[in-house]
Amino acid sequence: MPITYEKIQTTTLPSATSTISFTGISGSYTDIVLVFGYKSNTTNQPTLRLTFNGTSTGFSGTQLTGNGSTDASYRNSNAAFISIARIVGTPTTVGGMATIIMNFQNYSNTTTYKTVLARASAAESGVEADVGLWANTAAITQIDITTATSNDFASGSVVTLYGIKAA
Amino acid sequence: MANTFEAIRTVTVGSGGAADIEFTSIPGTYTDLLVFVSARSSTTNNFYRINLNSSASDFSGLFLNATGSVVASGSSSPAFGRMSQSNYTSNTFGNDFWYIPNYTSSNNKSISVDTVAENNSATTNFLDFVAGLWSQSAAITAIKFVPNTGNFAEYSTATLYGIKNS
Repeated sequence: MPITYEKIQTTTLPSATSTISFTGISGSYTDIVLVFGYKSNTTNQPTLRLTFNGTSTGFSGTQLTGNGSTDASYRNSNAAFISIARIVGTPTTVGGMATIIMNFQNYSNTTTYKTVLARASAAESGVEADVGLWANTAAITQIDITTATSNDFASGSVVTLYGIKAA
Repeated sequence: MANTFEAIRTVTVGSGGAADIEFTSIPGTYTDLLVFVSARSSTTNNFYRINLNSSASDFSGLFLNATGSVVASGSSSPAFGRMSQSNYTSNTFGNDFWYIPNYTSSNNKSISVDTVAENNSATTNFLDFVAGLWSQSAAITAIKFVPNTGNFAEYSTATLYGIKNS
């Protein structure tokens, strides 16, 4: 049986940071999945800013949110990044936990624009489902996640990038 | 290259149904746990809930729900999944995705659930996104799913996968 789900890179944060990067991503998979076991170092409840290949143009997205009492949808376009957990889905307390899963389909083709489907779950703040678009045909070789504030990700957070092969 | 996505165990509910679906003695050799559930209820209640390490306490959670006509958000303790109710179209089963990262860490455990109960109906369908938290530092060694009422119906299935990052 061929192995079709492989770890590409993983990072267990040794210290607090607000920047996570995966570089040199191979094009040998069909899809990639990023799993972020988020532990918070702050009360900022930050939006995750997702960019590819070091660029800051051509991003847009739509978000569906629920905070335990209110549901809503949001939109951004012509943005410098894709917003993940834009309104809810990251913790509100120091030590708070969240699960963030991003799926990138057909990420290495050089014909189509790239999309990401994401889910952010934080029992403290709410649930969010996100879709993002990068209006660029380049293969994704680098993924960067940042926030607007400092050191939001606590040490011990685990971020892993998996690759899925068709065969 | 190591295999990073492994089926640990599958449970298939037999004739007469089952009061719960449980995975015990979960090894600590993975990074994350993922459970796919396909379930139908013996009653007209479509909820089932999760217990961890035989505990039904220290849970909290929030959800976002859509029915095809109404969207709502609320709180839930513990995290839940949906299954097709007994009065749903025959042979329909809910489909649920439970993801628990870093299940052996000493941190509190965050749970992400995507769950649907589709009835091929104009009014009684459910899609939920759920954020769950188990405020315990113990490694997860057992997962039990328990219907709110009644049993899991025959042919309900759940498969526990272990995901490694090395």
